Amino acid sequence: MKIIAVCGAGIGTSVLLKMNAEKVLRTLGLTATVEASDIETARASRDAQILLTTPEIVEKLQGLPSEVIAINHVFDLGEISEKLSKAML
Amino acid sequence: MSLVGRALAPGSIVLNAEAADWESAVRMVGSALVASGRTTDAYTDAMVQTIHDLGPYVVIAPGLAMPHARPSDAVLETGMSLVVLEHPVKFGNAKNDPVRVLFGLAALDHDRHLELLSEFASLFSKDGFVNSLLSCSTVDEIHSLFA
Repeated sequence: MKIIAVCGAGIGTSVLLKMNAEKVLRTLGLTATVEASDIETARASRDAQILLTTPEIVEKLQGLPSEVIAINHVFDLGEISEKLSKAML
Repeated sequence: MSLVGRALAPGSIVLNAEAADWESAVRMVGSALVASGRTTDAYTDAMVQTIHDLGPYVVIAPGLAMPHARPSDAVLETGMSLVVLEHPVKFGNAKNDPVRVLFGLAALDHDRHLELLSEFASLFSKDGFVNSLLSCSTVDEIHSLFA
């Protein structure tokens, strides 16, 4: 399973999302590779099962063979956990 | 000192700031990065443009924004700046508006700021950390939060 955390620049919001997603996966006992990238890189890679992003970016990730999950509060591990487990289990 | 504390170089912290709207708040964040030797003015323009292009996704938690742009020639050194507003501004982010705390981030590349962000994430995962920041009235108090 591959997850890409996506934001506009690929250095800030996406990196925080990736770090917190990794924490959540460890807690849930789930295994997945998580990368952080900008929108263009994420659109070009096409090999991720899940794209993790913020609500503003969702529409930029349409038409890809991945499930897109929007996280409102990047530091809310509960929100990330609930949405990731729903998509993965 | 913590990595976040070190990233906040002299001149990078502005407290009791007044901004009319999100754009002037983000420009203050950019000016603080410039004043502390991290970026040039072009980076400030890039941060503002990113939000115009993609929306307020830099508002990452209730009351908290982390404006940033891509690594570029406009970044002289990896670092952060902090602007705390006297009165909050709205970015148009339904869940997390209004914003009083803005952390600017400038990164030289995609890798060298990862430990810094990891520490940043741990700090802000604690409940009430934004409120602790808001209760600081001096730059020294801010620095002691990041000791």
